[in-house]
Amino acid sequence: MALAEAGLQADVLVAAAPRKRSRTRRWAFLGVLPFFAYISIFLLIPTGELIVGAFRTANGAFTLSNVKDIFHAPYPAAFEFSLELSALSAFIGGLLGFLVANAILHHGVPRWIRPMYLSFSGMAANFAGVPLAFAYGATLGSLGVVTTLLGHLGLHIYPSFSLQGLFGAALVYAYFQFPLMILLMIPVIEGLRQEWREAASNLGAGSFGFWRHIGLPVVTPSLLGLTVLLFGNAFSAYATAYALGVSNLVTIDIAQLVDGNMTLNPQDAYALAFGMIVIIVITIAIYSFLQRRTSRWLR
Amino acid sequence: MAQVTVAASRPKPHRFRRARSRVPIWHVAWLALAALVFLVPVYSVVQFSLSGIVPGQNPFHWYLTVFDDSGFKSAFWLSVQISLETVAASLILMVPTVFWVHLRLPGLRPVMDLISVLPFVIPPIVLIVGLAPFLKTFSSWLFVRPEVLSLIYVVFALPFMYRALDAGLRAIDLRTLVEAAESLGASLPRTLMRVILPNLRAAIIGGSLLTVAIAMGEFTIASIMGFTTFSVYTYNIGTSTAYEGVALTFISLLLVWGAMLGLYLLGRGGRSAAGVAITN
Repeated sequence: MALAEAGLQADVLVAAAPRKRSRTRRWAFLGVLPFFAYISIFLLIPTGELIVGAFRTANGAFTLSNVKDIFHAPYPAAFEFSLELSALSAFIGGLLGFLVANAILHHGVPRWIRPMYLSFSGMAANFAGVPLAFAYGATLGSLGVVTTLLGHLGLHIYPSFSLQGLFGAALVYAYFQFPLMILLMIPVIEGLRQEWREAASNLGAGSFGFWRHIGLPVVTPSLLGLTVLLFGNAFSAYATAYALGVSNLVTIDIAQLVDGNMTLNPQDAYALAFGMIVIIVITIAIYSFLQRRTSRWLR
Repeated sequence: MAQVTVAASRPKPHRFRRARSRVPIWHVAWLALAALVFLVPVYSVVQFSLSGIVPGQNPFHWYLTVFDDSGFKSAFWLSVQISLETVAASLILMVPTVFWVHLRLPGLRPVMDLISVLPFVIPPIVLIVGLAPFLKTFSSWLFVRPEVLSLIYVVFALPFMYRALDAGLRAIDLRTLVEAAESLGASLPRTLMRVILPNLRAAIIGGSLLTVAIAMGEFTIASIMGFTTFSVYTYNIGTSTAYEGVALTFISLLLVWGAMLGLYLLGRGGRSAAGVAITN
């Protein structure tokens, strides 16, 4: 209270000196100059360079041949596998994440479930990269603990299964995808108003009726949007796939081109990186479009 | 890809229902499946890292071997150093900037919001394509020093640091605090240090924990630029001795748990926060 009054008085004092204020405002941008300089050096200029580089020859002349190179072997296969892997892992992660988030929020579930699953989700969503790949190697690799266990039970998953294949790699990705979905989905499901449930229940709808006619139609844009977000998340992943030994992925092709001081073929690396940016921008555009549709209904 | 803040326990209006509602069996099944997916790899890591040992040997043989390796020590120490430098650089850059934007340039906030999500649009593997040649010409001196990793990781930490600080500053009455401090004769830097920083403690610790998690786990940039950090060392040792690699995987798990436990304890006071800082 006293603080607020002091603020009010200070406002009055400042208002009484308009000249001083406008002068400070004119120079105020100086305060954010270091930040923008930093971001320019480490983010904006390099990104600009790679986008420009995608349309330039080694001598600096304009060309479309780098971008055309993306459509020649081996890159289309890499893009295809990247897209398939991202889509499959987003689908598995999105579906399981949604179902688990919904289960966590059921009012009959014991109280301790929620903080426990949320903490585990926070941890698992952050557990990616080399350690995740090794953890799955220890679990489902050819000498993995679960592989051995299944072998004892007479179920030999190798050689038809492999952690480098589409399904195996998607399973590994799902480890960070579905917890992320849980964390992002919980606020959405919570946004379904209790009054809607009551109204539906008064009209004789059971749990299925509520979800079929009210819950799903409201939640669907969010569900799709977040799944698209998971897609982008998987699409830009590199370390996990590299440590798993997946070979035909866009991110891995890029790394091969940049490895060792960018001497090999920087133009192709620029073009591939540019192609990735285009796909990520498209996914984010779809995500924000779907997100806007949801926010109409959810508080 | 995203930082998530889950607002905790909002008032439950229909508590009387809780007693008589039964949880449908499929909910239980999904929860059980999730628990299985969470825990089986963790169990396998522990089991695997304790196996492959000659009878009579210490069960923690692989841990002891890897801890004894001088390569491990230097890689781990390098990562710790880089993490601390990243946190320091990130705080020095971000705290004054976000403070200043909130205080004097609120019109710039949408621009800041936009920039803070850019690292999601440009993942590490894409950024390094443009960054490596640029940095090499910009400063070949910096290019070969491990400090360059800290400077790059500041960018990856930006979304998390910015959001933590933005939320923290939004929660306090910044204008009033600054004006009150001014009217008592404090200079602006002094106000920032003595009045604003203490109020942002939770945001700063939260943002720093996520930053450490990112810097400790980052692999892409470190391996491409040829620095043997903790994760690069883990990869190298894992390709030669799988058991040691998996033992280090368990250490990474403990590190992530530590960071998340810190966030959890931090959030317990007010709202529970679950941060996500992906380093895949």
